[in-house]
Parts: sequence; C-alpha cells; structure tokens
Amino acid sequence: MIVRIAGEGQFRLPDSDAQRLNELDNRAVTAAEQGDETGFQELWNQMLALVETDGEVVADDELVESDVILPPRDVTFAEAQGEFTGDGLIPD
Amino acid sequence: MAGLGGRMSTVFKAKISKMLDRAEDPSETLDYGYQKQVELLQNVKKGIADVTTSKKRLQMQSQKLEQSVVKLDTQARQALSQGREDLARAALERKTLAQTELQSLDTQVKQLEDQQQQLTDNEKKLRVKIEAFRTKKEVIKAQYSAAEAQVKISEAANGVGEEMADLGLAIQRAEDKTEEMRARAGAVEELEAAGTFDDLTQLGGGQDDIDRELASLGAGAQVDDELAAMKAELGPGSGGDSPQLEGGEESR
Repeated sequence: MIVRIAGEGQFRLPDSDAQRLNELDNRAVTAAEQGDETGFQELWNQMLALVETDGEVVADDELVESDVILPPRDVTFAEAQGEFTGDGLIPD
Repeated sequence: MAGLGGRMSTVFKAKISKMLDRAEDPSETLDYGYQKQVELLQNVKKGIADVTTSKKRLQMQSQKLEQSVVKLDTQARQALSQGREDLARAALERKTLAQTELQSLDTQVKQLEDQQQQLTDNEKKLRVKIEAFRTKKEVIKAQYSAAEAQVKISEAANGVGEEMADLGLAIQRAEDKTEEMRARAGAVEELEAAGTFDDLTQLGGGQDDIDRELASLGAGAQVDDELAAMKAELGPGSGGDSPQLEGGEESR
C-alpha cells in the first residue's frame, strides 16, 4: 500500500497496516465531527507515527500512484474538520 | 479519500489525464506528456519564486520595524532627559507595540522560510520524477504494444501527476500563509501611516500631537539657551533675576 503525506512524499506500507490506518482514520473522523481537538490531534499523531514507523520512503525516481493521501503534517483542526468527514480518508 | 482526495485532483492531475486521453498514438502521448510535465515544472518554479518574493517584502518590513524600535527607544531617553516623563511613556508604549508586531511578523516569516525550503526540496523531487518519466517513456515505446503502452504510461503519468498535484497544493498553502501575513503587514503599514512608530522629534509632515509637543519643547529649550547666552553677554545688569546665568549655562 502506498501512502502519501501531502507536502512530504510517499511511503510504502505493508498491506496489513491498512486496517489499522483505517481504524485510526475512522476515529479521527469521529473526533473531528464532535469537535474534539485534543482527541483528533492524538489520533492524527498516531497515524503519522504508523506511516513513519512501518513505511519505507518511495524512491524519487519511482512513478507510482498513492492509495491513500494524508493531509499535510501541520494540518489545522479547522482544515481537518473539512478533510476528515464522512468516510474519512479511506472510504469503507 | 473524502476531502483531500478531491483537492488533490485539481489543476495538475486533471490536466495530465486529459492530455493522456487526447492522443491515439502512445508514442505521441508519451512525448507530449513529457513536454507538458516540463511546462508544469516551470509553473511550479514560478509559484516558489512568488512565495520567495513575498517573504523578502515581509523581511524588509520587519527591518523597518526594528529601526523604529531603536528610534523610539532613543526618543524615550531624550524625552526623559528633558523631564518629560509623559512623552517618554508615550514613546515606550509605541515601542512595545512595534516590538509585538515585530515578533509575530518574525515568527511568520520563519514559518514561510521553512515552507519555502520544503517546496524547493519537493521541486527537486518532482524534477527527478519527470526525468524518470523521460527514461521510462523510451522503454515503453520500445518494448510494449500500443494497448500495453497505454496502461503503462497511465500508471507512470499518474505517479508524476500526483507529485505535481501535491506540490501545487503545498504552494497553494504557502501562498495562503503569505496572504495572512500580508494582511498583518498591511495592518502594520496602517499604524506606520498613522505615525504610530514615527520618530517623535521628526519635523515636517505626518506629525502627531506628541511629535509637535516634543519639537516645541526642543525649540523652547533652544530659546532658553539663547536667552541665557544673551543675558551673559549683556553682563550683570540684567542677570540677577535669572538662575540660568549661573553655572556656565551659556556654554551649552
């Protein structure tokens, strides 16, 4: 699975991480919808950590499309409320 | 990919896929695709240059504010040495205001600087991707049938297209940030125009009440000095009633 962090680049993650990422994503959506900024921030950091820990950086000369595109690392809560809604980043 | 997915597929990506649909002959598509990528890379460079220009303008304003802080500090000392605590206070109030503005301006310039660095790094990455596309298209042209080539090239072009879209988004964010800063810089400019950070003793246009008062105070002191000097020249006849005659005041 290829995941992009907007503004940073692409990471190759084992497919087994998809479920974990999706779960975090769904909880982040709920937090954003409920206006829970602290909760959202916590989940967002976990998502970033998962991508960084398990992911391998995709080489610059490799041409692949991402399966998931995450917002920029410094996404604001207000921006996130626009991004993380409905099905979240990963549609169920 | 609800929100961001939508935003990513804006300008660049749309352009790439449209261009791929256009030509029937894969070889033509490939060359056209590469040419288009190089063009888009130029746009990206221009975007980064715009952000850099805005940053420089803000840095210049920051320097101006720094000068104001120094100037107002000198003014406060001058006012105090002339026994005008009220004026000194006014100057220090302005200095504090200028310092506050300066601080937030500097913070934002720093943020923009970081973003600019990241944009430049990503632009390099994009250039590598485009170069990889150039190599790949030759391989595809040589090795694949028309139908296969169409699929292969779609994959490759989408990879490059996504990178471009991402960089386009990053530039957009940097420009939004610059907009915010420009609004703040505009507010600072208004304060400057209102004479808030002006040199308190400066003569000429744009003076406010404190400027004038301090200027007239300076003039008043000069009159006193000249008067004292005159009295000294005239000698003891007119000196008795003025304390300024004593203690060598005329040498001031």
